[in-house]
Formats: sequence, structure tokens, C-alpha cells
Amino acid sequence: MPSHDVLIIGAGLAGQRAALAAAQEGASVAIISKVHPVRSHSVAAAGGINAALNPEDSWESHAFDTVKGSDYLGDQDAIEIMTREAPNEILWLEHAGVTFHRNESGHLGTRAFGGASQARTYYVADITGHAILHVLYEQLMKHHETVNRYEEWFTTDVLLDDDGRCVGAICRNLKDGRLELFNAKATILASGGAGQAYKPTTNGLIVTGDGIAQAYRVGAKLMDMEMIQYHPTTLAGNGLLITEGARGEGAWLLNAEGDRFMESYAPNKLELASRDVVSRAEQTEINEGRGFDDGTVALDITKVPRRRTLEALREIVNIGRDFAGVDITREPIHIRPGMHYIMGGVKTDTDGLTTIPGLYAAGEVACVSVHGGNRLGANSLLDTLIFGRRSGEHAAKRALQMPMPSSPLSRLAETEREIDSILNREPGGPRIGAIKNELGETMNEYVAVFRDEDGLAKALEIVQRLKEQASKASIDDRGSVFNQDMIAAIELGYMLDCAEAIVVAAQERKESRGAQFRLDFPERNDDEWLKHIDITVNGAGPPKVSYSPVTITRWQPEERTY
Amino acid sequence: MPEYTLRIRRYDPQSGEAAYWEDHTVEMGAKQSVLDAILKIKDDTDGSIGIRCSCQQAICGSCGVRMNGKPGLACNTHLDEAAERGHGTGWNPGLAAGAEAEELGGEREDVIAVEPMGNMPVIRDLIVDMDAVHWKKIQRVTPWLINKEPVPEREYIVPHENMVDVTQTMACIQCGACVSDCLSMEVDPGFIGPAALSKAYRFVGDPRDAEPKERLKDLSEDEHGIYDCTHCFNCIDACPKGVDPMSQIMRLRRRAGDEYHINDRNNGNRHERAFVTLVRDYGLLHEAELLPRSYGGDSWFGKFHPAAAGELLSSMPSAIPAVMRGKISPKLAALGHKIPKQDLKSVQEIYKQVDDPEHEVELNLYVTGYEDETPEHSPHDDEPDDHPGETVGAEEREAPAESSVPEPEEDER
Repeated sequence: MPSHDVLIIGAGLAGQRAALAAAQEGASVAIISKVHPVRSHSVAAAGGINAALNPEDSWESHAFDTVKGSDYLGDQDAIEIMTREAPNEILWLEHAGVTFHRNESGHLGTRAFGGASQARTYYVADITGHAILHVLYEQLMKHHETVNRYEEWFTTDVLLDDDGRCVGAICRNLKDGRLELFNAKATILASGGAGQAYKPTTNGLIVTGDGIAQAYRVGAKLMDMEMIQYHPTTLAGNGLLITEGARGEGAWLLNAEGDRFMESYAPNKLELASRDVVSRAEQTEINEGRGFDDGTVALDITKVPRRRTLEALREIVNIGRDFAGVDITREPIHIRPGMHYIMGGVKTDTDGLTTIPGLYAAGEVACVSVHGGNRLGANSLLDTLIFGRRSGEHAAKRALQMPMPSSPLSRLAETEREIDSILNREPGGPRIGAIKNELGETMNEYVAVFRDEDGLAKALEIVQRLKEQASKASIDDRGSVFNQDMIAAIELGYMLDCAEAIVVAAQERKESRGAQFRLDFPERNDDEWLKHIDITVNGAGPPKVSYSPVTITRWQPEERTY
Repeated sequence: MPEYTLRIRRYDPQSGEAAYWEDHTVEMGAKQSVLDAILKIKDDTDGSIGIRCSCQQAICGSCGVRMNGKPGLACNTHLDEAAERGHGTGWNPGLAAGAEAEELGGEREDVIAVEPMGNMPVIRDLIVDMDAVHWKKIQRVTPWLINKEPVPEREYIVPHENMVDVTQTMACIQCGACVSDCLSMEVDPGFIGPAALSKAYRFVGDPRDAEPKERLKDLSEDEHGIYDCTHCFNCIDACPKGVDPMSQIMRLRRRAGDEYHINDRNNGNRHERAFVTLVRDYGLLHEAELLPRSYGGDSWFGKFHPAAAGELLSSMPSAIPAVMRGKISPKLAALGHKIPKQDLKSVQEIYKQVDDPEHEVELNLYVTGYEDETPEHSPHDDEPDDHPGETVGAEEREAPAESSVPEPEEDER
């Protein structure tokens, strides 16, 4: 039985940063990931990472932009921590080897991004997430003596002892199907969001809400689950992401009549308003008949000098060519809002601790909450790194002062039985792919940019029916070497749990704030709803709803215009 | 919608059976990807097909496979493009595998054979063991920045161009496509290989790294190192991200030889120099002089050096039959090729331009793009060479030719 001071589940930016920080503190560390770390979906983050590093900028300005972007639902103590620590984190990355863009004088250069009052986004072309993820992995290879990597191990459960304290996790080695109980003094969930509960989504196939569901199932509180970010610029057919960097570099949004419609929605910031604002504007244009026949509007990147596009936006040049057949340097590309990010997640404090002792969460899986109702572009990489590091440090310091807890070994046999019962399901049941498609399309129809009571009720009904079906979904593969079919069955359960929490929270919030826009409650209502919605598991019944206050330090809610 | 047959290479280590081909038919748009088709087959008919995949946008690097004989990412390879490849070449076992190939007396045009990447052991179906080969080689090149001291309080101040330069190798997604089809690695499994050497350039070319010289010495002296590449261009063809691994290997050689004057024990650098000098002096390669100069020193007197004598003697078993069979005449062996004076002058003019100190170190500046000219075609023209990515690619391939030393052929080593 492997035993470590700190066990980290997920090896994207948050997980790897947590691992390095915990090892730095002197703890023995294991990092587990169901895919090779560099395949983690952080790799797809394109545009950049925010920090008030310029002398003319200030963390207060960055913090205010973030608070305003969150539609005042973000917790201001956490936002202060994140924005204050951002500059040092950028420098840490730079020293670790990230090849950040330099300006002509050789200093770090920035680009503009949505919802920001200053150009404070640091970047590597439009592969910022990829560049940072690969550099962190370089550091993991460097520190291979202190950080144990378990690559391609799938986590099935997080484990609590009889006192309700998290003592590790059960994981399956995908290469041979072996189950192992990982014993740990502290466990950090860093396994990302739940984008695959939607279809289409910008998120990769691996983003299936594992960590959110695992924590939820053992009783951890989820928070802000109704806040689903629709990114303003995704490709019509497959939902692929066109980075906000395009608009940061000067691209325009045009409707089918050729109007730069953002002039009437956000006269000051135009295309660089917050993502919720831009996505709503686009969807309004489309719904009111000013979009193209394929349900889109146009992003005109030809406004950006071609040379600049080829240098700084080369990934989306390729995406346009390979996935839409469009040369974005020569003609506008059709885009629409698409599911991109979940602001909510496992509720944590500013050290990453969840409501369960010994269990931490960081990155998209977590909700600190620094993003509140709407995340600003280029704040997610920052979130993963700041709170990944803080979780790693805190977990390590705690772990070094305590003995190794004993783990309930019997749980291993229990999990073994659960897996066997999946493998032994009767053939001829519903197909996993079909259930997943119906789930994704349902969420994208009823729990999207605009929502209302009827739609949400319908969504909940469908999700609950799909949960029933999922327990009988058939499996084609009964082997133990890379049995992806069996893993897909487990992941489907995770996605359904997340979807249910999202719908219930969206039903609960009877106002419009950030990414939640209720057609039946179109105004923000600070008197009743300036509070977080918390969701907890309730046996086999529908999730339980409770509330927690928003932390306000210095920025009182104001009207929000861009 | 067109119909495609995906002929998938299946292998289950638990079955005790050898790998085999299995056909699945899908009806899908020609511009859907090979991965889309495989996922549809998994969803609808057979969930047991093993393939790594995630992002579906060519950035996570999971879905490297061979499609009709050529390595690449399943997610950004269109079905029509994959189906067109590899017909009648004989190097695509998948196309010739079906029963109908015999019946029809030829290969079907709608078949896409999908098989695991090469040079790495297969774990299951399309999943290969990248740890055993790819990642082991990455670890070989000390794959992290060794910081130049003192580490500044703020960022390192470095030229914009250098960051763009290393960003080309940073763009590698570690998919393994180049490793899959590396010919040198097929012959010498110890070869560090295209992906890992590109990773090495990412540090050697990074002005913040403290030990570029030590890195280069290490990679030159290793007999499986930078001089083990045979310039076959397979990795450049394979790379879905325009990293151009072979060009990075050549940059490493140039830095090792020109900048740090590392004369490796494999004689790689001396061989390269002798080659370049001979072409400069004779306009064509003087084959008989190449070996002695590579070992004895880069001049006419090289052959009298004791080190050259040994090499010359050991080459006799292949040299003598070559002369006897008329492949090379004794006169040509002694005097070398003679080309018209004017032509020789032109060759030497190229050398002058290339030796210009300003061009000594060339950078991967293709990602900087280039000034926009008026497009020759209308914006809606579908001509493939109007695609910017390919135009960028062409630019990047032309650039080294203007600014670098001509590459010697390595096949005699």
C-alpha cells in the first residue's frame, strides 16, 4: 500500500503546482492522473495569465476587475490573495523556464483581455496553458526523487475514515487493471471541471467532473454550481475554442448584417466586455434573427495585422484551417457561445481546504470562490497556480505534523466488487455514448446562456432519468488492460452527479447574475441573492441546498456596465 | 455522406492472440476527422477499441496513430485526406490486408488503415508504451532549465527573437509521431531521437540556460546523439505542429560545431566540416577525400595523418570493389570532380553569403510570420497553397536555405 504525506489527484496546472509546492515543503508527494500529465486539459488554455506586474498597474485594479467580472459573487478575501500573489507567481514561472512573450526591450510583454482595465495578460503565443503545463512537467521530472508520479491511474473513490477525515484514495492502474489503496495524510483534488456534461463544449473528453463528484459523494459541499461559463467564441460544429486573445489583439464581432453589435451592449469595452456579457449579446443577436443561418455570428480577425496573427495566434490559424476550412487571416469565422468553464465546484477556503478534514481542492474542480458568477479570461490559469500552490503548501505543513492515518483496507474489496458489477452487466442495455449525448444536448439546451423555470424542470427530469439508465448501460470490454469502456461508465456517473447539482442550483437562484440569466427573473437581486448556493449530497434523493455569505472586503456591489 | 471503412489494428494482450485487422464502416463527412470516426464506432458498436484521446483539437498530443501508413494525430486528420494516402505504395500493410484486395486485384479507395505508432511497444489496440521509449529519451536530455546565475529578482531580460525561437520547440505536444517513423531509431533503438533532441534545443537555444555548452558536449559525444540522425526528413513530415525536429537537430549540430567548436569522439563534426570544405573547393563532393579528411584533418594533407591511415585501410574492403566495378575511377578518386569554373565560382559565392557572420546563428523565426502582401487569390479561393499555415511552412523551410551551411549527406558514415 503506497503511503505519502500528500496525495494529489489530477496533474494539470493545479495538481502539478501543488505537487511542487508540497515537495518544496519537505513532504513526500504522490501525484496521480488518469492521463499522462501533459495531456491534462490545462494544455488547451490559450490566451494567457493575468497579473498586475507592471509598475503602472496595481493588484487592487486587478482585484476590482475580478470582483466586477464575478458580478459581485466572488469572495473578495480570496480575490485579494490571488491578485496580490499573481506577480510573484508569474516570475516563478518565468524562472522555471516558461517562454513568455517578450517586448522589444526584452522584458515580459502583455496583451489585452476581456473585462480588464489594463493590458495585464502574460502569454506564450496562443499556447500559454500548453507552455506552462510542459514547463511544470519539466520541473516534475527534475524533482522525480521527491514527487512520485502515477501516470495513467484512474481514481475511483476518495476515502474517509470513521471520523470523517480523508485518508487517501482508491485508484486503478489503467495499464493492468490493478486496484491500489493510496494512503495519505492529506489529499488534494485537482482533477478539473465537468465540461463533458455539455455538448458541445470546448473541454476535452477527459473533463468529466471526476473530482467534483468524488468529493460530493463523500459529503463535501459544492458551491456556485449554477455558474457555467459560455465562452463567446467557439466554432459552430464542434465547439472548439477560438481564444479571447483574438479579441484582445483587436478582432471584431459582427452580426449577419455586418454590424459591430457590441456597440449597443457594451459601448466602452465592446468585444472586451466580460464573457457573460458578450455571450449574452451574441445569443440575443442570434435569437432575434440577426445571426447567420447556422446559428452563429462572425468573428473578424482580419482586423488584426496578418503578421501579428501568424505570430501570436497561430493555433487558431490552424484550428480555423483544420476544423472549419477557414483562413482566419483573410475572412471572418463563424462562432457562437459555447460551454467552456464551470465557476462552481468543491467549496474551499483560501488554503484549498474543503468542508472535509484532510481533503483539499484546487483549480477548476474547486470553488474558492474567486470567479463568482463569471470568470475573467486569463484568471483561470492564475487560479490553478495560486491555489494549487497554497493547497500544496498548507497540506504539506499539516501533514508533516501528524502521523500516517490508518486506512480502511476493506474498502478495496468493496471497490473491486463495484467494478466487477459494471463488468458483469447484462449486454443489450443502453449505450454509454447515447446517454452521454442526451445529457450533453439537454444541458446545452436548457442550462445554457438563457434559462427559465420550465426548461430547468425539464432538464432535471431528463438528468434523473438518465441516472437510472446509466446504472444499466452496457459494456463491451471485460478486460483489464486499458479498459476505457469501464472507465467511461464510471465517468458517466460523475457527469450525471455534476449535472444534477448544476440544474438544482440554477433552479434555486431566482435572479440573474453573471453567467446565470433567468428569463423569468431578469434582474440581479442583491437583497435576496447576494449569497452562494451550496449543494450537498442527500442519500439517493435530490441534492440538499443551503446558502453561505459572500465575503466582501472593500468593494460594495454596484451596477455593472462595460 | 461518403462511406469509409476504418481498418483498425486490434491487439488484446490478454487474449493470447496475435494482432489482427478489423473493419468498421462509417458514414461521415469527408472533413470529419479519423478520431471522430473511431469515437463514433466506439459509441455505436464497439466500446472496447483502445485509443488515447482527449482535446480533439491537436493540442493534448494523445491520439498519435498511423493512418494509411503515415503517423499523425487522428483528431486533425480528415477522413478524405487519410483515405487518399498510401495507395499503391506497398508500404501500407493495412490496405493490402483485406480479403477484397485479392478479389479486386487492388486496394479500395475508401479504406483507412489505422494502426499504432511505430518504434514503441504496443500495449493494446492503438495504445503504445510511450514511457518505455519516448519519455525515457526525453529524460535523457536533462529536460529542465538550468538557471543562469544570478537568478534576477524580476524576469530575465532576453531578446524577443530568442523567445520566439525556442517557442517553436516549445510547441511540441509530445505526441510521438516523429518517434514513430524515425528511421535512425529503427536501426539504432538507442538514438535519442527527434522529439528529445528538439526538447534539448529548447534549452540550448534558451538564453536563460546556464549550460548550453555542457548540454551540447553531452549530446555530441553520445554515439546515439545528434550525429546519429541521417537527415531522412521523416520527422518533419510526421510532426503535426510544425516543430521540424530535424531542423532542431541541425541547429544543435551547428551550435556544437560553429559556436563551441566541439570535436566529438564520433567524428561527427569533423565529418561535417570535411564535407562542407570539399564541396566548397570542388563544387561537388570529392568522395575519396571525405574519409581521410574526416579523420585526419580538414585539408589535403589529412590523408597523411595516422588517424586517417587506419580509417583508409579499414575502408579498403568496400573501396576496392567499388573501383573494380567501375563505380569510381582511379582518376576521379585521385583528383575529384571538375566542374566549369563559372559554376564553381557560383558555388563559392553561396558560401560567402552563408558565412556572413550575421547569419551565423539562425533562429526559428517562422512563428514571427511575415509581412502581408496583397493576396494573389481572392479570399474565397480554395486553392490549397493559399492556406496560411502552409505558406508559413514554406517560408520556414526556405529560410534555412538562405542562411545556413549546406547540409552534408550523412549516409556514408
